Amino acid sequence: MSNYMIRRLLVAIPLLLAITIMTFTFINLAPGDPVDALIDPEFFVAGAGDALRARMGLDKPVHVRYLIWLREMLTGNFGYSYQFGVPVLSMIKDRMIPTLELTVVSLVAATVFGTALGVVQALRQYSIFDYSLSVGALFGISIPAFFFALLVLYVFVAVLGWFPSYGMQNYAERFDSWWPKFIDHAHHLILPASVVAVESLAGNMRYARTAMLEVMRSDYVRTAQAKGLSQWIVITRHAFRNALLPLVTVTTLRLPSLIGGIIIIEQMFAWPGMGQLSITAVGNRDYTVLMGLAFFTAVLVLGANLLADLLYAVADPRIRVDEQG
Amino acid sequence: MSTADAVAVGVAEAPRRAHMSIWWRFRRHRLALFGFVVLGVFAFMAVAAPIVAVQDAFEVDLKNIKAAPTFSHVLGTDAAGRDLWARLVYASRVSLAVGLVAALIASAIGTVVGVVSGYAGGWVDNLLMRITELVMTLPTFFLLIVAASLFGRSVINIMLIIGLLGWTGKARLVRGQVLSIKELDYVTAARAIGAGARRISIVHIFPGTVPYVVVSATLTVGGAILSEAGLSFLGLGVQFTTPTWGNLMNAAQSLYVLKHQPWVWLPPGLAIGMTVLSVNFVGDGLRDALDPRTKID
Repeated sequence: MSNYMIRRLLVAIPLLLAITIMTFTFINLAPGDPVDALIDPEFFVAGAGDALRARMGLDKPVHVRYLIWLREMLTGNFGYSYQFGVPVLSMIKDRMIPTLELTVVSLVAATVFGTALGVVQALRQYSIFDYSLSVGALFGISIPAFFFALLVLYVFVAVLGWFPSYGMQNYAERFDSWWPKFIDHAHHLILPASVVAVESLAGNMRYARTAMLEVMRSDYVRTAQAKGLSQWIVITRHAFRNALLPLVTVTTLRLPSLIGGIIIIEQMFAWPGMGQLSITAVGNRDYTVLMGLAFFTAVLVLGANLLADLLYAVADPRIRVDEQG
Repeated sequence: MSTADAVAVGVAEAPRRAHMSIWWRFRRHRLALFGFVVLGVFAFMAVAAPIVAVQDAFEVDLKNIKAAPTFSHVLGTDAAGRDLWARLVYASRVSLAVGLVAALIASAIGTVVGVVSGYAGGWVDNLLMRITELVMTLPTFFLLIVAASLFGRSVINIMLIIGLLGWTGKARLVRGQVLSIKELDYVTAARAIGAGARRISIVHIFPGTVPYVVVSATLTVGGAILSEAGLSFLGLGVQFTTPTWGNLMNAAQSLYVLKHQPWVWLPPGLAIGMTVLSVNFVGDGLRDALDPRTKID
């Protein structure tokens, strides 16, 4: 097992390097640079831009700059934000937890509810329940997340006033103990997390339904039924476990787009995460922050892939992970 | 009729029948037919925009700023007094075009990579698939934002960027199909009579992947429309002067517009939702119609 893990980690390193190289080239190919964003053209002094560029190291060729970035990154120095002068690492550290929280909560909700609904759909195939959920799932993947967010904001914030519209805490209030603080936090989390969850939930439901239908027709399920086991045992022990396998893969594949979708939702609900930071950084052409964000987003995705592989091994006893390693 | 006769008739009529039966099977899928009709309506709206819009989408009417829907402005006006119905109609041109072109780009790249990778095998396959996996792990929307705002926000750029980041799924799908088609007897036969790799992959293998590419490309149109809308909604997509459905919704980032002027953001949102839903219906219908194994009714 540990052998396998080490091997997977080693494979992830070139992948991570490739991603940073791509992002770096990408950012530097584009016209304009941080100096353009910093200098006010009205007070422009000839040569000032070039002086600033030299001070920031922007006058060096791209590959040299990348190697400098790489060298510093390996010592844990991700540079300073061009715009705010703050270490990139500390900026991202503050933003990582809110993003992770939003991702994990919505992913868990989408997986649990999506799978459960899909399984029940499969067991009641062609019922009204099955049919309406199938159509509902299509709506779920067709409605843009930000439009859904607008509808939710309109109904629950503007009209009903049940939820706060932005942030992850009521900043005006001081909390004496952790419980009311936790409740307030959860209150802020519900809307953005539901919006993020809906799209994946619909997708999970479709896959769970298909997978479960397939498994229910297989020989070993028929054997289990023929043995006289109760339907409940057949479903939970024999069918469900096998139907889970494709779901793990599908969830992994959807992760990059989930993390991408969170960018819009964070911006709309003023959730202070990495997504919101990336929109600010793009606007300011804050290269160092963008590089840091690209790096850590990639780490998030690769880490999640690794986790999915392990889950797969747990769910499927046929995969003997230690034998491969 | 003897068996031999039946076979002979079957062979003679097969192509026409297959063609007919796809349309027949598609028509039986009621939701797909519904989606097809809705898309037709939107396509008409886009093509005949100057007629459907009635008013000028770019004319500024300073006496009628942020007006609620009235008889002359059925969906009200925006902050510059431009007619919102006209803008909605013209926006369908850009939004649909971005979806179509981006999906075409993505499908073209995906098909070429998939066919080459699947047919060549060996190190070519290995290299192409590693690159595909790499692009798959990229956080797409993050790169979309970065690329769109750094390379300029023209319609063409947005199409290119969405297309260039969206081919990976298709490459893997096509490769899988190629791997199974490659083992079929008629391909071996073609190789036996001396056909070269290029001829085999273009004439014999590529046509077999077409149904899968068509279905996947259809569904990609929906995804591309959503990406453009998301980017533009954030104000990072197509430049503001060009109306797109996402751009029209951008105004709803303000809580005031959200709460008091739902006619500004609701219609474009519904238009996006309806279009993408219809695209998905049509995609599902095509998948069932093109796959002879699924039973209809």
